[in-house]
Amino acid sequence: MSTVPLENKKNLLPDVADDATQGRPTMQRRVKQRLTSRTATAAAVIIAVIWTIPTFGLLISSFRPEDNIKGNGWWNVITDRQFTLENYADVLSPGGSQSPNLLSYFVNSLAIVIPGTIFTLVLGAMAAYMFAWGRFKGKDSLFIFVFALQIVPLQMALIPLLQLFTQVLKFGDFQLLPSGTYAQLWVAHTIFGLPLAIFLLHNFIAEIPGEVIEAARVDGAGHSTIFWRIIVPLATPALASFGIFQFLWLWNDLLVALVFSGGGADVAPITQRLAELQGSRGGEWQRLTAGAFVSIIVPLAVFFGLQRYFVRGLLAGGLKG
Amino acid sequence: MEDIAEKGLQVVVGLAVFAAIIGLIMLLVDRAPKSGREKVQIAGFLAPALVLLAVGLVYPALQTSYLSLTDRNGEFVGLDNFVWMFTQPEALVTLRNTVIWVVLVPLLASSIGLAYAVFIDRARGEKALKALVFMPMAISFVGAGVIWRFVYAYKGPEQDQIGLFNQILVWLGQEPKQFLLDAPENTLFLIAVMIWIQTGFAMVVLSAAIKGIPTEIVEAARLDGASAWQQFRNVTIPTIRGSLIVVVTTITIGTLKVFDIVRTMTAGQYETSVVANEMYTQAFRAGEPGRGAALALVLFLMVLPVVVYNARLLRKQKEIR
Repeated sequence: MSTVPLENKKNLLPDVADDATQGRPTMQRRVKQRLTSRTATAAAVIIAVIWTIPTFGLLISSFRPEDNIKGNGWWNVITDRQFTLENYADVLSPGGSQSPNLLSYFVNSLAIVIPGTIFTLVLGAMAAYMFAWGRFKGKDSLFIFVFALQIVPLQMALIPLLQLFTQVLKFGDFQLLPSGTYAQLWVAHTIFGLPLAIFLLHNFIAEIPGEVIEAARVDGAGHSTIFWRIIVPLATPALASFGIFQFLWLWNDLLVALVFSGGGADVAPITQRLAELQGSRGGEWQRLTAGAFVSIIVPLAVFFGLQRYFVRGLLAGGLKG
Repeated sequence: MEDIAEKGLQVVVGLAVFAAIIGLIMLLVDRAPKSGREKVQIAGFLAPALVLLAVGLVYPALQTSYLSLTDRNGEFVGLDNFVWMFTQPEALVTLRNTVIWVVLVPLLASSIGLAYAVFIDRARGEKALKALVFMPMAISFVGAGVIWRFVYAYKGPEQDQIGLFNQILVWLGQEPKQFLLDAPENTLFLIAVMIWIQTGFAMVVLSAAIKGIPTEIVEAARLDGASAWQQFRNVTIPTIRGSLIVVVTTITIGTLKVFDIVRTMTAGQYETSVVANEMYTQAFRAGEPGRGAALALVLFLMVLPVVVYNARLLRKQKEIR
């Protein structure tokens, strides 16, 4: 059970002995707690296994020779231990036009996601700060309106936004956000990320003790000083947590990329390439398995490397109980 | 390598331009004349985010709303697109599927996530167990599509199975099955993918909330002899209610907008389409922007109650504070 402290578990044997002298009710409860604890752990392990097996199967398969992947199930590796790096070499190498050429798309993903995340964080935090600590008329209504924007489906904005980028923001030959570069994707991702960023960061920034900000104000600090010197450092856990989530969301994105990237190896992210491979070569499992793994390696690294920030920051402050 | 250097340069330029814009805003805000400084500062902080949202989200959404009243030639047709949606069998299937998605995914993902969070709380190896279930969250929907299409992969009964599910069916003495082709249960197999992804999100948020429960409350409940179930119902649930609502509403919104999974796994064929996917199909593939826009509006109306509820909750929490 969740509430059994670790120490109790460690001391189970001596405790049982003690209980025998102390009387039955306590002992019964202890035993019962230990049983629930075991059932719970067993259930947890079952869930964990079910949740892990699909990815595990994919990982194993990505190292199997093509004929083996297509011929029989990955669980056969128990008896048939043939492994190769051939699939990875194949999907990563530039090769001809038929080649998946994933390395190039992988770089694109990074080049889209890193600025896209930074822009959203900075603009979101600035707005969130004002919604939390600024004093102006209509603040609450405006904030709720921004929050409500989260529900505007992306699809609703795509065509007008694309027209805006390619036709309206064009002055002669000069395109403010040139096609065939990452700029349109950065801006589109920032726009779509802002409602949630503002909402979550606001929740955290609003929790910062008012005295800290008042003191700075009394000392004559303006909003820009307060923001960069006080709010940003104190909100770092929330910024880091939301940043990680935003990073993962952008990396996961397919729809925005489909509309704004044009689809070539110059700009398109790895998700888009992988979706193409699924469509055109749905049965080429040796490429799909290795390709899928290349595409999930960065988010997995980010996740395992920065996991600490999930628990702190956003979840403690942003999504407080 | 040249290619990568060029892409890197693009990113550096993008970041530099962004930094210059923010720097300029801060400079202007600090130099504003004393009399209206507060207002200028508030405007300077809010303007970038609000302008982006107005131009990139509000205006496009309004334009899309108008589009929903027009036909494929852009002529005004009143409510024809909505009549189509609620009378044509294929459009009705889409609506039915969306309802199934939005009932099952938040319910199951939150329940499993909560159960798991409780089971592993303070258990040995909690971190590792958490990471395993959260991992799918880090994987792109496209990647998840590959993983699960591989699990559902079908080979004729006379061949060796390469998909895990069909192999299990064969082991149980059943005929292998086309999981993604046979309606209506194929929708459930797509939903499983979304649950697989979202459970980790629910678990991480709820686990953090559970850890935030003051130990005194838990201790008091235990000393009063509350059983594990009683503690869960009367202490855990009420204390983390806020987080629970955030989790359910967030997953609900995400589910209503789900697109990538359906797009990459079945492209909405075999009666698996959902509103978000049908919107894309109608607007971008079938040349029916009016119908696509109408579907977007329906989506909006479906999410509206969720957001209103959330906003009211937010208000209440503010009043308490």
